[in-house]
Amino acid sequence: MILREIAHARTGDKGSLVTISLIAYRREDYALLEERITAERVSEHFAGLLVAPVQRYSLPSLGALNFVLQRPLAQSVTRSLALDAHGKCLGSALLAMQI
Amino acid sequence: MRNLRIGSGAGYSGDRIDPAVELAQKGSISHLVFECLAERTIALAQKARLLDPDSGYDPLLEERMEAVLGLCARNGVRIISNMGGANPLAAARKTREIARRLGLSGLRVAAVTGDDVTAIVRGGGFTICEDGSPVESLADRMVSANAYVGAEPIVEALQQKADVILTGRVADPSLFLAPLIHEFGWSASDWNLLGKGTVVGHLLECAGQVTGGYFADPGYKDVPNLAHLGFPIAEVAEDGSAMITKVEGSGGFVTRATCSEQLLYEIQDPTAYLTPDVTADFSQVVFDEIGPDRIRVSGARGRPRPNTLKASIGVQDGYVGEGQISYAGPGARQRAELAREILAERLRHHALQELRFDLIGINSIHGDRLSRTVHEPHEVRLRVAGRSQSQRVAAFIPREVEALYTNGPAGGGGVTGSTRETIAILSTLIPRESVVPAIHIEEV
Repeated sequence: MILREIAHARTGDKGSLVTISLIAYRREDYALLEERITAERVSEHFAGLLVAPVQRYSLPSLGALNFVLQRPLAQSVTRSLALDAHGKCLGSALLAMQI
Repeated sequence: MRNLRIGSGAGYSGDRIDPAVELAQKGSISHLVFECLAERTIALAQKARLLDPDSGYDPLLEERMEAVLGLCARNGVRIISNMGGANPLAAARKTREIARRLGLSGLRVAAVTGDDVTAIVRGGGFTICEDGSPVESLADRMVSANAYVGAEPIVEALQQKADVILTGRVADPSLFLAPLIHEFGWSASDWNLLGKGTVVGHLLECAGQVTGGYFADPGYKDVPNLAHLGFPIAEVAEDGSAMITKVEGSGGFVTRATCSEQLLYEIQDPTAYLTPDVTADFSQVVFDEIGPDRIRVSGARGRPRPNTLKASIGVQDGYVGEGQISYAGPGARQRAELAREILAERLRHHALQELRFDLIGINSIHGDRLSRTVHEPHEVRLRVAGRSQSQRVAAFIPREVEALYTNGPAGGGGVTGSTRETIAILSTLIPRESVVPAIHIEEV
């Protein structure tokens, strides 16, 4: 099963940081997200795109995790040559992760 | 207990205007807020203002004001917006002119200035947050610096009975917090109340993103009537409790899921969301559905505000040249890859600091590793982008892509190209005391 089956995500950006919220559709699936979708696994998933380990924050009252990803400084929103300079599509790539 | 209904009329500079009209008409709101200023926008606007002293405000200001000013005046709705951009005074004069043209009278239009800290930051011995280097090292590449101002000057403008308030750089949630502080008489040091108001502001600041915009995923998250998405309304009580809703009959929906996504949007540590007004704690926020499209927000808290203000520095960052060309049918990918090789060779000798190739449809968004696909696509679009300090050099990129028509692989089509000047945004922290906002009122 991929994450998309049990959770939804939204991506935001601040300079070279990208934030991804991961929210369980059903409250009872939150524990699984908390246990399996660790900062280490997310770092591994996006290997090659980031310059620092991913940080994770837990929000049990919302059934959500919040990830902060550090891209290279040259890939901040206002500098990046990428088609998706914001990195807005990264959250959708997270939903492809196996759980 | 008294309630205040605040509407959000724009989530970015180019946002749709009809949902704001709908709010002014049918929202039963007392304040309509337009958040229109992205990080980079103000630096570009500062440059525009250097060329024309009457410019520098939001390009859609005139169209928005023409659409909502009359309705707002009739329905007693006060307008708050950062559409002043790099020139709130000119924006206020333009708004006065529009009001007169519309036959309105008795309106007070306020401009809030003071966020422009270019002179202070230029020689002030400040440090760039992103890499720790001194601001002075930017030398004449620095275009502008604007501090994120809080709710205070907007509250003061409301006290001076302004009907329309146009600011420059203000922290987005502060635009929404200000009318709450003003109407309810909240203390500037009641951190919990300011935290609650800031959460309301954060939920509303991207307009349609809390009413079902940026949310739909067919089969998983289906959203009704996105073509006529309604913009949000917050109904806030004096004790800071709030309910997020929208105009009845408008498109989209407000659910716990849409609110959860927006709460965490662009948030790092949810226990410490820093604004000029408060350190807000979002971590205990709870959403409850109390009816269709009616979500109650509770649990936000706050701690004392930071001693420093963040300022965005606009920096000249050279020129970006870009070009794209498509290939289709059997062998599309191989021909696009051949075109890429030719371009890499042709551009190798130019003074480009960065050069990037993408195959759109194959790897342009997430790179090769995350984008593994098994099938051969029917069509592939090659994109090349590069940066140079020289406009002439950057312009070689679209020229070389266009030259592939007659000099490249078979069947290339649909070439597009551009060369643009780029402004990068860096940030620094400055003492709160060095920013002194001022209010100027234009009477209609």
